[in-house]
Amino acid sequence: MAGTPSTTQPAMGGGGSGPNLLRTRTPRSVGENAIRVSLFVAAAISVITTTLIVLSLLRETVAFFGDVGATEFLFGTKWTPQLAGEQQSFGMVPVLVGTLYITGIAMLVAVPLGLLAAIYLSEYAPPRVRKIIKPILEVLAGVPTIVFGFFALTFITPELLRPLLGPEVQQSNQLAAGLLVGLLVLPTIASVAEDAMTAVPYSLREGAFGMGASRLIVSLRVVFPAALSGIIAALVLGASRAIGETLVILLAGGSGQLLPQIVTDPTQASGSMAAFIASTATGDAPTGSIEFETIFAVGFTLFVICLVLNLLSIRLVGKYRQVYE
Amino acid sequence: MPDTTRTAESDPTKTMDEPTGSTSSSSAHEVSPHLEPKPASETPSTETIFDCRNVDVLYSGKLAVAEVTAPLMKREITALIGPSGCGKSTFLRCLNRMNDLIPGAEVRGEIIYHGQDLYAKDVDPVQVRKHIGMVFQKPNPFPKSIYENIAFGPRIVGMKGDMDEIVENALKRASLWDDVKDRLKDNAFGMSGGQQQRLCIARALAVEPDVLLMDEPCSALDPISTNRIEDLMLEIKEQYSIVIVTHNMQQAARVSDKTAFFTVDLSAGESNRVGRLVEHDVTEKIFTQPEDKRTEEYVTGKFG
Ligand SMILES: Nc1ncnc2c1ncn2[C@@H]1O[C@H](COP(=O)(O)OP(=O)(O)OP(=O)(O)O)[C@@H](O)[C@H]1O
Ligand SMILES: [Mg+2]
Repeated sequence: MAGTPSTTQPAMGGGGSGPNLLRTRTPRSVGENAIRVSLFVAAAISVITTTLIVLSLLRETVAFFGDVGATEFLFGTKWTPQLAGEQQSFGMVPVLVGTLYITGIAMLVAVPLGLLAAIYLSEYAPPRVRKIIKPILEVLAGVPTIVFGFFALTFITPELLRPLLGPEVQQSNQLAAGLLVGLLVLPTIASVAEDAMTAVPYSLREGAFGMGASRLIVSLRVVFPAALSGIIAALVLGASRAIGETLVILLAGGSGQLLPQIVTDPTQASGSMAAFIASTATGDAPTGSIEFETIFAVGFTLFVICLVLNLLSIRLVGKYRQVYE
Repeated sequence: MPDTTRTAESDPTKTMDEPTGSTSSSSAHEVSPHLEPKPASETPSTETIFDCRNVDVLYSGKLAVAEVTAPLMKREITALIGPSGCGKSTFLRCLNRMNDLIPGAEVRGEIIYHGQDLYAKDVDPVQVRKHIGMVFQKPNPFPKSIYENIAFGPRIVGMKGDMDEIVENALKRASLWDDVKDRLKDNAFGMSGGQQQRLCIARALAVEPDVLLMDEPCSALDPISTNRIEDLMLEIKEQYSIVIVTHNMQQAARVSDKTAFFTVDLSAGESNRVGRLVEHDVTEKIFTQPEDKRTEEYVTGKFG
């Protein structure tokens, strides 16, 4: 601590009588100051870079809206930004729908499975089983997403979907992408929801068991509602990951570059906003061109969507948060 | 070390008449898996509610409580006292099979309740706990409204009747109705600690159990709240059998009819400490002229 007297000084420094309470510069106090400053710098860097990123997004986005009307962008249903002349159209709805469609399929897979896994792990699994499965889930949550995309492309579509649904299933299709994004976010949802349920104090379970509640009732009617805020956070985290997921969709769901109309057939390719950004940014649109600025407009929209989702979750989490002493 | 269960054997409160239909052989159980308490008889306190025979509790194979043999009486308050770690809570949790929830816990021996061994193979612990309710040391209301806290139990056990009435009756029995009747929809976490504990008692009473187990229910409460809960216990013991663990000697003396004193037996070494029942008798006798020296030392404050 800064107030610790240095060992080289007499114990009674300052006032003559009584212990020395004065601040002294010791190697340790200097070190602590250095640590505090570097921590502040680290925090500041992350805030500054985020701000800079948003500003740069904003600059190109403003340029984009100088050429394309906001109404066309937000409500138009023909998305062909790469085509030339008359054919070019900037109606973002199809790519937004593609994003939500794939995210929807993903959540359909990940929410029930993830919550069931969380309930099992937190309420049913013997401690030994939990000790094995929990780290596996956490490792799975960190598998590079390209692996999932590749798996969809080489296995799910040709070996599973085509035999089941017929040969007209496209190489890239929303169903395969949705399923794989679902598997991708499943461990995240399971793991975060399990943490939330495990954090519910044991005394609540005891209270319910003590009245003759079965394990199922305790899980669903006591633990689940008590952990609701954490479970909502898990779902939002999963949904944000699904919405922002790029590689799996690019590989297995479509690039989102050419969508003359909204795609509603799950066996057809669409793509997502993130996939569009990735594929366009790695393409040959010249800097400063309208095609190039489209990337930023879409990116900014994606940013706003995720921001809204997170704000919503913060409110929900706050609403359902319980404080247990 | 003398066999400490001897004192329990010579306990004058032990009525040797067997509860209905029980046989001493644990192999011949013709019990239904659904424990239905039989109608109350007219002669309370000569009837046992729990007849514990040679109850041992082990945690992960290690003996924690050994050889408890004691009859606990119907419509009486039995206090369990003794130094920390002597197994009062452990023994209490045997009485409604709460120990089943602790991984590694094992109960041996017999606990006869309404003629059925609670630990017989075909007995369902969930059914047992519907009839033998529990109140814990720290108030543990659910993070729901006051109303929902009470209604939870009756709903899960499928009680028929008007829920508003059930809730009102339970709150009245726990003398909480007047405090909360205008804010039934409020979250239970907004109540004071004493009110929360009475809510937990009301919640336990709402499912109409026939026994109430209480593990240091007042230890987190101020003297006034403690008083109210003691009054409450005295009121409801007309209808319920109560077993209470307490560290408060005055409380045991004030409310209980019988007192069971447990202690830690260190004769097998510090690492093999085992809880044993030393003496179980009428409360007044335990506090004024106990049979066992250890009991006397404990109740007079010379020990633990
Ligand atoms: N869940 C458990 N797992 C393993 N050992 C346990 C467990 N609960 C209690 N024990 C052990 O059993 C013995 C009795 O504990 P118990 O909690 O029943 O004592 P107690 O008389 O209620 O004490 P206190 O007055 O402090 O509440 C202790 O030695 C304790 O360490
Ligand atoms: Mg205890």
